[in-house]
Amino acid sequence: MVNLTIDGIKVSVPEGSTILQAAKEVGIKIPTLCYHPDQSVKANCRVCVCEVEGNRLLQAACSTPVTEGMVVKTRTPKVIEARRTILELILSNHPQDCLNCPRNGNCELQTLAEEYFIRDIPFEHKVRGLAKDTSTPAIVRDPDKCILCRRCIEACSVTQSVYALGLEDRGHEAMVVPTMGKSLMDSPCAMCGQCIHACPVGAITENEQLDELLAAIADPDKIVVTQIAPAVRLAIAEEVGMKPGEMPMDVFVAGLRQVGFDYVLHTNFTADLTIIEEGNELLKRLNEGGVLPMFTSCSPGWINFCETYYPDLLDHLSTCKSPQQMFGALVKTYWAEKMGIDPAKIYSVSIMPCTAKKYEATRPEMQDSGYRDVDLVLTTREIGRLFRMSGIDFTKLEGAPFDSWMGKYTGAGVIFGATGGVMEAALRTVYEVVTKEELKDVNFTAVRGMEGIKEAEVDLKGTVVKVAVAHGLSNARKLMDQVREGKSPYHFIEIMACPGGCIGGGGQPITKSNAQRQVRIDAIYAEDESCEIRKSHENSEVKILYDEFLHEPLGHKSHELLHTHYHPKNKKYL
Amino acid sequence: MAEEMRIVLRNYGKIDPLKIEDYIAQGGYKALEKARSMDREALIEEVKKSKLRGRGGAGFNCGQKWSFAYQAQADQKYVVCNADEGEPGTYKDRLIMENDPHTLIEGMAICAYAIGATKGYIYCRGEYPHLVDVLNTAIKQAKEKGFLDGFDLQVRSGAGAYVCGEETALIESIEGHRGEPRFKPPYPPSEGLWGKPTIVNNVETFANIPVIVEKGADWYASIGVPSYPGTKVFTLTGDINNKTFFEVPTNTTIRELIYKYGGGIPGGKKFKAVQIGGTSGAFIPEELLDTPVAFDNMAAIGATLGSGAVFVLDETRNIVDVVTRIAKFFEHESCGKCAPCREGTARMHEIMSKLNSGKGSAKDIETLSRLGRVMSYSCLCGLGQAAPAPVLTTIQHFKADYNAKLV
Ligand SMILES: Cc1cc2nc3c(=O)[nH]c(=O)nc-3n(C[C@H](O)[C@H](O)[C@H](O)COP(=O)(O)O)c2cc1C
Ligand code: SF4
Ligand code: SF4
Ligand code: SF4
Ligand code: SF4
Ligand code: FES
Repeated sequence: MVNLTIDGIKVSVPEGSTILQAAKEVGIKIPTLCYHPDQSVKANCRVCVCEVEGNRLLQAACSTPVTEGMVVKTRTPKVIEARRTILELILSNHPQDCLNCPRNGNCELQTLAEEYFIRDIPFEHKVRGLAKDTSTPAIVRDPDKCILCRRCIEACSVTQSVYALGLEDRGHEAMVVPTMGKSLMDSPCAMCGQCIHACPVGAITENEQLDELLAAIADPDKIVVTQIAPAVRLAIAEEVGMKPGEMPMDVFVAGLRQVGFDYVLHTNFTADLTIIEEGNELLKRLNEGGVLPMFTSCSPGWINFCETYYPDLLDHLSTCKSPQQMFGALVKTYWAEKMGIDPAKIYSVSIMPCTAKKYEATRPEMQDSGYRDVDLVLTTREIGRLFRMSGIDFTKLEGAPFDSWMGKYTGAGVIFGATGGVMEAALRTVYEVVTKEELKDVNFTAVRGMEGIKEAEVDLKGTVVKVAVAHGLSNARKLMDQVREGKSPYHFIEIMACPGGCIGGGGQPITKSNAQRQVRIDAIYAEDESCEIRKSHENSEVKILYDEFLHEPLGHKSHELLHTHYHPKNKKYL
Repeated sequence: MAEEMRIVLRNYGKIDPLKIEDYIAQGGYKALEKARSMDREALIEEVKKSKLRGRGGAGFNCGQKWSFAYQAQADQKYVVCNADEGEPGTYKDRLIMENDPHTLIEGMAICAYAIGATKGYIYCRGEYPHLVDVLNTAIKQAKEKGFLDGFDLQVRSGAGAYVCGEETALIESIEGHRGEPRFKPPYPPSEGLWGKPTIVNNVETFANIPVIVEKGADWYASIGVPSYPGTKVFTLTGDINNKTFFEVPTNTTIRELIYKYGGGIPGGKKFKAVQIGGTSGAFIPEELLDTPVAFDNMAAIGATLGSGAVFVLDETRNIVDVVTRIAKFFEHESCGKCAPCREGTARMHEIMSKLNSGKGSAKDIETLSRLGRVMSYSCLCGLGQAAPAPVLTTIQHFKADYNAKLV
């Protein structure tokens, strides 16, 4: 342990701790901008500077290790003047557009400007006037708002190993740019949106499409139907000032009706359906010597990544569409038929934790219903905005049920939202289908949690199936390289593009740490526990769907509506 | 009065730099032999005792730096020579490498032995391509003679940016990355090139080593000012008669440099200011000229030695105009990594331009002072920390020039 004094308070911390960590121990908050709890130290914003006795230079708290007997002062006039001047410098070329900014009220720079009492900036206000990048349907970059902290670059390169963002130019002309191309669309970007979470300010956001929803709701000829993805319910609470998981599902449904959705259905339904289709696909591959290991295909950021970096492995991907797209294809066919609604009038909206799904919905192959299967994809954050705008007090709102035919779900559908969830849900079903025995303990805890790569073996009465789970694309890359080298020992691999799975998706409430992801994961498994039915094949509405419409897993109708194919992204620079 | 004294330039003009035999004939590589016969700790102790301090600007005790790298446990250690010499008006390192490349190589080989390094790099300024050939020839000769057994020394050509002279940016550049400084600590002697213990020293620092080993620490420590002993090479530019270089003991005063060695100001004009140490050097007025050119004495008057560039300005020069151009230089050379330098250098240039064009107010000077002050202790690396020095010292010593330009 190392002993030091911070603002007159004695503290003892483990060797190798930084001043920032030590200060936190004793409840002293030091401001930061480039610091990120799950990333490497950058020390480039300098707003965390402190006085350290014996040093003429101020020391960055985030990068300076503590030493025995160190005397630190975090709020001297010299320190305050430095921090305020640095903030003024940053703000003097910042748009200061808070009123119109997606991060208004949730911006690290704005918060510091408030805390540090920034008023009359002596420097001339000059904004660079760089063009916004709106090239993708998912992610929007506003480089004028960038404060060059580089957190997005690390998220993209280290966490995701996509390398879509890099630095160009030097000095005050330096900027973060898409690599190998002029726009994000022709970079290797997987549209996972992890850079959005990493960004302390409003320089990267989702492509906001709330206006399109409002127009559809206002249009009397449109029947607005929505699906809610598994990871959304627990996170939407954070958007309206509650703790993760605190919003009851029926209250959420009632809220959606309040803001104008005509029908509220659930993606969990197609998550259960995915398990039936994908589970059968796996068994078919196992039995008929198909391409193995099979990869899950429900994470569109992962699909983009695979098409870009592993085009040679596309045959390994399950042909199952993501639950969102299965839902889209069914809502304008099966559901429309059941409800007696003209599919041409249906405006299909999905509420997703994901930015990549905005892109997925625009893929030309996603029109198997004869229409665009999913008309609009909104993120959890966008629905949060809509709720705040609507002024609903969720503590007073009475719950409401889902609409029929595509609203029922099981605990297996619920856990799709967390890393390992698809695998666990699949194992619950595959086990019973193969062994014809009841699974005593449905909890496959080996595949749960924030560990980057998890593996497990399941004995299906003689056949041992080896599975692996990876979340975050850099972990996916490790498993893919193994497959490419022909050394993968697995039969089935689940990949989620985002750390923690969909609960940490690019469209979720701004997620500042992996600790926050863990809290959401806990909420997911709590919900699973509370479900009466926890196996996809026991979903009664799914059974009806097969009885009346699909007839059998992997059958003709399934192939038409629920399965897809993939295309190598021939990006010339790779 | 102190006389010129040549230690690092001892062979200047006396040998053919491309003939190792010439160097050996002058006693070259004897020190290496002697060093290798010594115990490593004793060798480092000797360098420490000589009180040799880095000639690249920061003035850190050389032997002490080496002892950190020596003590660090690692499977690989490196010795790097900083020959980036990007400071305008400076060419002392070029002089040494051009005229006596073997003294640098010998100094590096001694260091490699002392700390236990088996690999070394000379990071040579990109604008000195001819020197790369000279150095490679010299390394080849030294290898052939067996002086570099167990020490693989290579030359790397610099990336051209001024900031690459900063030791950690230099390391990043050798590693093939964007030439940007790292935060410190950790310092290179514990985590440097590819994360391994690394000694980075300036050309002039290394060039002193063979002589110290040969003649002993006590001899060296007795030359010049005791806290910063030895000699220092200065290159004189600007409004001065002898625009050339001198190697002088460190107890020489600035006045002697300008008037004795430099031959004074041409055209019978009066002295106005001198900037020592390169673009980021302080501006020194007449009344401080009796300061010796040693590290701590310079620090006491708010100045530095830096690279040893001496830029003299006569009475006709306008200080505000000169400093505006310097501010433009730093705006251009900031690497852009840290906020106070990236934004601060640009604002500094902006406000200086405003003042220089007669549009500035007293409030602008206040803002400039605050900005400079904050940059000097908040920026990530020496570039941003030193960039405000010309502004701050001219506001301090030549306020009249500023006032004359106010609206
Ligand atoms: C912006 C900047 C430029 C520098 N340029 C040089 C240079 O060209 N040559 C040099 O030896 N040191 C330069 N330095 C100093 C080095 O960082 C480092 O202190 C030095 O190489 C250490 O060697 P020494 O101990 O022998 O002086 C520079 C420092 C800064 C901040
Ligand atoms: S990024 Fe932050 S400071 Fe900038 S305009 Fe948006 S909310 Fe305001
Ligand atoms: S969306 Fe994902 S892949 Fe694209 S730039 Fe951001 S982090 Fe990288
Ligand atoms: S875009 Fe955001 S995260 Fe990336 S460097 Fe700029 S401010 Fe930082
Ligand atoms: S002080 Fe300037 S040169 Fe140094 S790291 Fe910061 S921006 Fe780069
Ligand atoms: S938080 Fe420490 S420098 Fe940015």
